[in-house]
Amino acid sequence: MYSSDDRPRDASSARYDDPWYDALASGWGEADVTDAPDAAPRTAADVYLEVQRSAAFQEVRSRYRRFVVPAVAVFLAWYVAYVVAATTAPGLMARPVVGAVNVAMLAGLGQFLTTFLLTWAYARHARLRRDRAALELRWDTQELTRVAKGGAS
Amino acid sequence: MTGDHQTLALLLFGVFVAITLTITTWVSRNRRGSAEEFYAGGRLFSPMENGFAIAGDYMSAASFLGISGLIALFGYDGLLYSVGFLVAWLVVLLLVAELVRNCGRFTLADVVAARTRERPVRIALGTSSVTVSVLYLVAQMVGAGTLVALLLGGEGEATQAWTVIGVGALMVIYVSWGGMRATTWIQIVKSVLLLGGTVALTVLVLVRFHGDFDRLLLTAAERSGHGNAFLAPGLKYGADWTARFDFISLGLALVLGTAGLPHILSRFYTVPTARAARRSVVWAIGLIGGFYLMTIVLGFGAAAIVGPETVRGSNAAGNTAVPLLALDLGGGANSTGGTVLFAVVAAIAFATILAVVAGITLSSSASVAHDLYASLRRRRAKPRSEVAVARVAAVGIGVVAIALGLLARDLNVAFLVGLAFAVAASANLPVLLYSLFWRDFTTRGAVWAVYGGLVPAVVLVVLSPVVSGSPESLFPGVDFQYFPLQNPGLVSIPLGFVAGWLGTVTSAEMPDEAKHAETEVRSLTGAGAV
Repeated sequence: MYSSDDRPRDASSARYDDPWYDALASGWGEADVTDAPDAAPRTAADVYLEVQRSAAFQEVRSRYRRFVVPAVAVFLAWYVAYVVAATTAPGLMARPVVGAVNVAMLAGLGQFLTTFLLTWAYARHARLRRDRAALELRWDTQELTRVAKGGAS
Repeated sequence: MTGDHQTLALLLFGVFVAITLTITTWVSRNRRGSAEEFYAGGRLFSPMENGFAIAGDYMSAASFLGISGLIALFGYDGLLYSVGFLVAWLVVLLLVAELVRNCGRFTLADVVAARTRERPVRIALGTSSVTVSVLYLVAQMVGAGTLVALLLGGEGEATQAWTVIGVGALMVIYVSWGGMRATTWIQIVKSVLLLGGTVALTVLVLVRFHGDFDRLLLTAAERSGHGNAFLAPGLKYGADWTARFDFISLGLALVLGTAGLPHILSRFYTVPTARAARRSVVWAIGLIGGFYLMTIVLGFGAAAIVGPETVRGSNAAGNTAVPLLALDLGGGANSTGGTVLFAVVAAIAFATILAVVAGITLSSSASVAHDLYASLRRRRAKPRSEVAVARVAAVGIGVVAIALGLLARDLNVAFLVGLAFAVAASANLPVLLYSLFWRDFTTRGAVWAVYGGLVPAVVLVVLSPVVSGSPESLFPGVDFQYFPLQNPGLVSIPLGFVAGWLGTVTSAEMPDEAKHAETEVRSLTGAGAV
């Protein structure tokens, strides 16, 4: 899936600081493997760029974004509208609906309901549409970075 | 409140403290002392366990007693306040939890520092995280002092001071001996107790009204003296335009701040994968949502059964509404049932405070040791074990929190929780979202985003009516009030985002494409996650 020799490589960029293994972040008992050996065909940085450009990753990313962006826009707008209406239009919110229950009570309980529903929908979407593809990409990427670091795992 | 309550409540406090200390000793019995163990509890908690622990970290005594008290006194406006605390979790679930789990190791700064220059970013985020934690911690400590004095009817001053010292000492012991593993188990125990107590009281309230929620509302409205206005917004947050903007500001801070609270973010590292982090948030949302729904019943129940006059007479802020409700539901002041229920509620509130302060202390000691100490120590100096530094930091934070808690114990510090959320939303969230989602983000952008949110938030509070210029301020005698709102979120959150953007576009540094690729690939796939 990721052909290795299709891009020119700058020898000076072969040294790659992997920030997840940076010396500053101490408390991490193991030895740092920050330098890619010169003999290695490519660096970890190249691997990540390559994976990022792969069709499989772009699919996972767009599935995530296509769900999350509209969902965040909708629930934030709904919440802000609720708060603004409650503080600036108490007359509208006080309108009775059934018995003691008024518009405000329905809107408030509606916030609880939409939160639960969106949580369920997101968890389901992630489980069915993203998890498997992401896991495959994870193993592929880790395998490629392991090779790129000269086989030191 | 008679002596029976006190004895029984103290006994139950004692039992809870004994249980938690046993857990701490048991857990630290064969600890290996690694950072993985101390900060993340070995990363092998199950989603359900972590979900309970997240709920335990989040549901403070302010929620249990404060929100139901607000509802008992002001009706609908208390409910309005609680909604923000729940909706906030959607931001955490959708934008933060999985990605942060995949990219970071122990703290928020790990995620951002991975694609920027480490030192300035760690110093900035370490500072803002410790600020958030200390604000939250002081609010909890002072709350604990007032609460225990109130529930036990002790001799005021002395009881309050000793409670602050005792709570501080206990939290330091939990954290520095037991680390994340002990803290997590304490959260789980506390969550179960709190939810159990809330379910029991809710059932008793509903039984009293034969399951008729409508009649509960009507009775509450009638007894409140406000009639139907009690069931609609406006009694607390609708007085004038300042009050309205103040609440909108608070609402924004609540919704956006949760995703920037360091002690919440660090909980995601206690599970093995991003998928487990997601499932723990789903658990947490279920538990927290259920809890807030029950506080609505308890709040209106207290208004209907105890009555707002009695509640206000006992404590002006309404914090005793639930204990008084428990007393009544159990059969009244001189009955065994009433005594037992009252003592149970008092003990649960105490357990809640202890668990919350332990969680905050742990995450701020991580910020100090993992971010600040690691960046600020002299390069030549012999590196110490990070966990040892973190343990010392926990003691230091405990001492600071006790000192501030004692100094502030007579002050009205209820605004501190809203302020902690506002600082988290202004200083921590913009930088986190930019570094996860923006390709061209740079080091300067990150540093500016943090300080651009932190400084305005703190300055605006200093210039606000909570500090000076009104009879309820910290310093009522002086007047340097120039900002009308109590909560700075409405201004400081946009400033944090704008500062991050401005810092990035004016930065000479070329954005590093490879590091962005790495962050993006790691965050969405979990490649290389620890």
